[in-house]
Amino acid sequence: MKPLALFNKDWQSELRTRYAINALAMFILVTISVILFSIGSEKITPYLTGGLLWVVIFFSAMSGLSRAFVSEEERGTTMTLQLVASPSTIFSGKLTFNLLLVFLMNIAITILFILLFESFTVQNYSLFLISFFFGNIGIAISSTIIAAIISKASSKGTLYPVLSFPILLPLILTLLELTKFAMDGDSVEKAFVEIAVLISYDVIMGTASYLLFDFIWKD
Amino acid sequence: MIDYKIKIESLRKVFGRRLIFDGINIELNSGLVYGVSGPNGSGKSTFVKLISGLISPTKGKVIHSLDELDIIEEKLHNHLGFVSPYLVMYDEFSGLENIEQVMKIRGLKIDYDYVTYLFDEVNLKERKFDLVKEYSSGMKQRLKFVFALVHNPELLIFDEPTSNLDVEGKEKVYKLIKEEKEKGKLIIVASNEIEDLKQCDSTIDLINYKKVN
Repeated sequence: MKPLALFNKDWQSELRTRYAINALAMFILVTISVILFSIGSEKITPYLTGGLLWVVIFFSAMSGLSRAFVSEEERGTTMTLQLVASPSTIFSGKLTFNLLLVFLMNIAITILFILLFESFTVQNYSLFLISFFFGNIGIAISSTIIAAIISKASSKGTLYPVLSFPILLPLILTLLELTKFAMDGDSVEKAFVEIAVLISYDVIMGTASYLLFDFIWKD
Repeated sequence: MIDYKIKIESLRKVFGRRLIFDGINIELNSGLVYGVSGPNGSGKSTFVKLISGLISPTKGKVIHSLDELDIIEEKLHNHLGFVSPYLVMYDEFSGLENIEQVMKIRGLKIDYDYVTYLFDEVNLKERKFDLVKEYSSGMKQRLKFVFALVHNPELLIFDEPTSNLDVEGKEKVYKLIKEEKEKGKLIIVASNEIEDLKQCDSTIDLINYKKVN
């Protein structure tokens, strides 16, 4: 229950400060507007729309998810957390908070894509939802541990996307492939290997993050 | 009777190429107040952070034990109350909300009578519902004492406990130190203030542990 209490603290704090929510909302709106303006009246293929969806998701994650640790570091409250909870509690709490943010953010982005892009047509919804679910978990885990790593650095803003790119690349590539399958109406069985890769990524990143966090967290 | 002990063995801390201190071998026991003194930059804050497990030593060990049983580092925060000028509370919450959030994260039940008593002790009773961002630096310092004492820890570490406090605030801190000592707790006070160090039973002068490389 301790991680949930930390999550609750972060959520209450977020509702009052709007550190991450505002940044994410503005970024999503601006990015999708820019894409719409640049497309104009051109017709784009469903595959390209699927690719753009994950591009927007990747950069939106880069704009808001580092706040979990960066805001603690910037406000100087990192030590307060160190004095009240164990590293595993802190990582679990921050991960839960980022999971909520990622799901809220990605649901909003997907709804906007469905409403604004005619060519965004998914034939196999169950396959899309499976990839969406495990993809979001992967993004949340990776962005949480990377946020913890970069929070103590001086150039956080630059470092976060630079460090995230190679770590998130296998995940994004798998998600692009799965989105393509879902748009083609392929079965879940046909996409079994990609789904297995996706789940393995989540498990490996989750385990590695829990093991590494102790070392990252302590000065 | 609380039986809390800290055993410090061959403690050495180096930042880059700069030696902070070396060869600290001491044992601290509950029921006593220990002072940590030394000029600016002598490593007082580093020393108390090492004892608190907030940073790692370059060499040596700090072993905490309660009733002859060693406390693992992961659980140390349950036994420790810490006050320092570089400790920051959450500005967006009120004084009381800060304490409530911290207690929930600790997984402990909140004893509101005790919380009210502590707020009263540090003269913040009337302001406990105000946001911390509206507090003065002295009030923030007082709130840190509630934060340190609310979970009734066996070990109290006060780094510059009277910084930002007025005369009345300082007297309150000295009273708190006396009360907590009477409860049999182990108290460490790191300070340069002569008045602060007068509250201590013995003093560790860090200048004695600064060897030349």
